[in-house]
Amino acid sequence: MSPPPAWGGTDQGGRPRRPRGWNPAIQAVLLVNAFLVLAPVVIMGFSAFKSTREIFQNPFGLPDVWRLENFSRVWVEAHFALYFRNSLVVTAAAIVIILAFGAMAGYALGRFRFGGGDFLYLCFLSGLMLPIRLGIIPLFILMRDLRLLDTLWSLILIYAASGLPSAVFILTGFFRALPGDLDSAARIDGAGEWLIFRRIMLPLVRPALVIVAVYNLIPVWNDFFFPLVFIQTDRLKTLPLGMTAFFGQYYTDWATLFAGLTLAAVPVVALYVVLSQHFIRGLTAGAVKG
Amino acid sequence: MSGSTPSAGGRPRQYLGTRTGRRLWLVFFLAPATVLFAVFITYPILSALAFSVYGWEGIGRRGFIGLHNFVRLFATYPYSGLLVNAFWHNVVVFVVTMLLQNVVALGLALLLARGPWGTRGYRVIFFLPVTLSLIIVGFLWALFLNPIFGIVNKLLISAGLSALARPWLGDPQTALLTLTLINAWRWLGFPTIVFLAGINAVPDEYVEAARIDGASEWAVTRHVIFPLLAPAVTIIVLLTFIGSFNWFELPYVVQGVSGGPNRSTDVLSLFFYRMAFGEVDTGLQDIGIGSAIAVLMFILLVTVSAVAAVFLRRREVELA
Repeated sequence: MSPPPAWGGTDQGGRPRRPRGWNPAIQAVLLVNAFLVLAPVVIMGFSAFKSTREIFQNPFGLPDVWRLENFSRVWVEAHFALYFRNSLVVTAAAIVIILAFGAMAGYALGRFRFGGGDFLYLCFLSGLMLPIRLGIIPLFILMRDLRLLDTLWSLILIYAASGLPSAVFILTGFFRALPGDLDSAARIDGAGEWLIFRRIMLPLVRPALVIVAVYNLIPVWNDFFFPLVFIQTDRLKTLPLGMTAFFGQYYTDWATLFAGLTLAAVPVVALYVVLSQHFIRGLTAGAVKG
Repeated sequence: MSGSTPSAGGRPRQYLGTRTGRRLWLVFFLAPATVLFAVFITYPILSALAFSVYGWEGIGRRGFIGLHNFVRLFATYPYSGLLVNAFWHNVVVFVVTMLLQNVVALGLALLLARGPWGTRGYRVIFFLPVTLSLIIVGFLWALFLNPIFGIVNKLLISAGLSALARPWLGDPQTALLTLTLINAWRWLGFPTIVFLAGINAVPDEYVEAARIDGASEWAVTRHVIFPLLAPAVTIIVLLTFIGSFNWFELPYVVQGVSGGPNRSTDVLSLFFYRMAFGEVDTGLQDIGIGSAIAVLMFILLVTVSAVAAVFLRRREVELA
């Protein structure tokens, strides 16, 4: 996206709209909404540094002392270090599989014409609409029979599978749009089929890979439903599931609770602040064209 | 397409151009995604549909019983009452979300589309909660709404509105509405961005032409922007519908698997989950009933999605 002019918005394509300048009524409405969005997050962050007593007596102000012991309790005693590790492993593995398998399938579907290709593409596309959670009973039995219940693999596999429709959809479109003589030229030069895919085609769809990764990153990282069903053992819990155990255990200890909430929010918020435009575009990718 | 041209002859060991060689490569590229999708998506969903016409004892499948599970779900105590209660709550969540969240989002988008000072910053701020996990959002607001120590009631009391201070999440009268508002707090930025993109996609010439013809600001919005916003609106209505009828995390985390207090926040997904995996307090589990609920939800969601897709396509043709 091109940088916007000093004042005045830009549309999706970066075209400057006619700037209207500084309208107090509009600013007031936007500021109130920004306050309603940010205040709860800021209060959460401040409370994480207070003692429970201070939270009750002075819920809105800055902490008297910026104490860090709440965080260390959450990180070690409440097993957040473990939950973080599990969430990281599951998310990273799922995204890698989605990108690898999705790019391979998108390449085949976007660059070659063959019997059943359109049908297969439609099958993947239908996955965008199918509510997979409604298949949780057979999925539970399947995971049990595969001896994957209560393992991180159960989560990695279901996230990878449910991320494929969006990956195939986005990547097929990108591969299809690449000029046709690119790979013919390489083929005449005698390049192997894998080499053409890996060295020539894949680097050209890198923007699409970023969109697919962001589109799946937040939903996978935040998912609560599948760990709830598949995971029993505490040391295998991902962050969202681990937090429910944590809240049950410390429900009177508000200082620890707020520290836990803050700690859980920090990685996503930090990543969002750095990559906000990618996040906004990636997460609305299904709903906004272009 | 490009692969259909057989590569130049004269290369004895290159078998890419040959039919079988190309077929093998296609299988190699397609197999991983196809197998993963078939095993973990297609098979469970088809099985879930089939499960609803079998009898069940615990997690063991018994014989074929036709539509008996559906008859039990619709006509026997306590299932029929729970079904109606939960379905009604999903409808309430959908309607309230449409009226509050999406209308406010449209208003914000219209303001942002005028390109006021700080547009870029507002976009980033408004979208922030969408990235937060619903577990964090649910627990955070549960603490804020705590009847004694929570900041919401403290604010109301200090503003002289102590008559309004109440256990918002503990009172069956207000629990569902409160939960829907928490949900709206988390999601508001999403429809805002989608509407904003829709408005910005309206060609400048249309707006300018209307202005030159002397149309007022409101007339331009009403007669130029709104009709061209129809695809964005359709998508938001569809996504709100899907979200409202799949509502699970927030009620589960804040109010528990039974949809308390007194089932005032019970929704179809919670009902389904209890039937599939058992209720904590009653221990009641009924996979037959659970599968029947899944089929009903499936039909509802797929039908509405298909109708929306047709509607969208027709609109696109009109606009083109």
